[in-house]
Amino acid sequence: MNIFNNLGIVFALLGAVLAALMPGIASAKGVGAAGQAAAGVVTDDPAKFGKVLVLQLLPGTQGIYGLLIAFITLSQIGIMGGSATTISAVKGLLYLCSCLPMAIVGYKSALDQAKASISSIGLVAKRPDQFGKAMIFPAMVETYAILALLVSILSVGGVGNLHV
Amino acid sequence: MAEDKFIYAVARVRTKELSLFNAQTVEQLMACKSYEECLKFLAERGWDTGAEGGAAGMLASEREKTLDFISDIAGKQPDFNVLLYKNDFHNLKAAIKQVCTQAETPGIFFSHGTVSTDTILKAVKEHDFSMLPKQMRTAGQEAYETLLHTHDGQLCDVILDRAALDAIYSAGKKSGNEVIKQYAELTVAESNIRIAVRSAMTGKKRDFLERALAPCDTLDVKQLAVAATSGIDEICAYLAATPYDRAVPALKKSLAAFECWCDNALIERIRPQKYNPFTVAPIAAYLLARENEINMVRIILSGKLNNLSDTSVRERLRETYV
Repeated sequence: MNIFNNLGIVFALLGAVLAALMPGIASAKGVGAAGQAAAGVVTDDPAKFGKVLVLQLLPGTQGIYGLLIAFITLSQIGIMGGSATTISAVKGLLYLCSCLPMAIVGYKSALDQAKASISSIGLVAKRPDQFGKAMIFPAMVETYAILALLVSILSVGGVGNLHV
Repeated sequence: MAEDKFIYAVARVRTKELSLFNAQTVEQLMACKSYEECLKFLAERGWDTGAEGGAAGMLASEREKTLDFISDIAGKQPDFNVLLYKNDFHNLKAAIKQVCTQAETPGIFFSHGTVSTDTILKAVKEHDFSMLPKQMRTAGQEAYETLLHTHDGQLCDVILDRAALDAIYSAGKKSGNEVIKQYAELTVAESNIRIAVRSAMTGKKRDFLERALAPCDTLDVKQLAVAATSGIDEICAYLAATPYDRAVPALKKSLAAFECWCDNALIERIRPQKYNPFTVAPIAAYLLARENEINMVRIILSGKLNNLSDTSVRERLRETYV
């Protein structure tokens, strides 16, 4: 039981790591795949660089959101700043749960947003005048990453104020 | 994401699709008053009108450019072999005839195939067909011996054409790509129907038909052979009970109208690939669309060159991919 109680900091750190790791991996994959599509368009039409670059970057935001949640969590548990305190296993698990929305939704939404971005890059390749509309399709996926970010921010902040 | 593999290639294809001829461009080409005006129109759109060999050279050069582009963006894709088998078997046919007749004709080989023309020529010259791919070995040996012993060029062609259809069909079946599968099925079915109609017109016997027709999913070649021995009306009656029922009016009109129907059916089936950003299918669709475009330009140019009426040329025009 004592061992479990000492695992609080481990659970909390695991949450922070997952929040940074999973959306980060998915964003890297997404931006990479969209980059391939963007490069394909720019090979034949360099003038479209600006437009396809914006679309390429869209799946990258989940990685940033994950990093933000990781920073907040690390700061709350005192690992960042060098003032790490002992936290209970329950609190550690609560931090872990708080980080999961961003970790899971961030991962999935980055991959799906990449697919939408790639399709939109194809749209811009054929109809550059429809860039505005092409931006909207992948941007819609962003909504769910932002919702997950909000839930994670509020939860991590809330858990910090709990005395458990 | 396994589909990541072709993202770059498909994006390049999307850009290239912008230069494919749409219905409006074909109309503009049709509206050109003369053959020379057509060439000028094509030159303005980047076609290699200065290629050696006139219009034929230009069309060959455009085909080469497309195949080079595909090879550049997608590398050597086994899936695309099915599209090159026609070239392989044409080259084998040309090599066998060249060796048997001992008459060299320049420019008879197609450059893009799965096997180099040098290998094919060497295999035929040395009578060692083992250096050819599996699907060409037996047919090559049989066609060579047939031509050598019987001097029957038509029989030699039948053997190789049947082997080509079998190879296309088998490769299409093995392919996981829907476009390639549809291409293989439609190509084999179209060839079977064309063979059946021509055989009915020339009164060929059933054993010839059974040798020439290649089995496929959408046609029962035995029934087709029986129908072909009875006449074109019987072929139409048989086709009315197959997925090719809508081709019957075209077939009753002419063989050219039927070929046009088949090409249009293929274009109709591959058209959804315009909106697919993943997999190798949009690349295969682009390749087929370019073949269709080159074929259409050939029809228009030969119409202009031979002073055919616009109506006659329009009857042969295919639908465009874009």
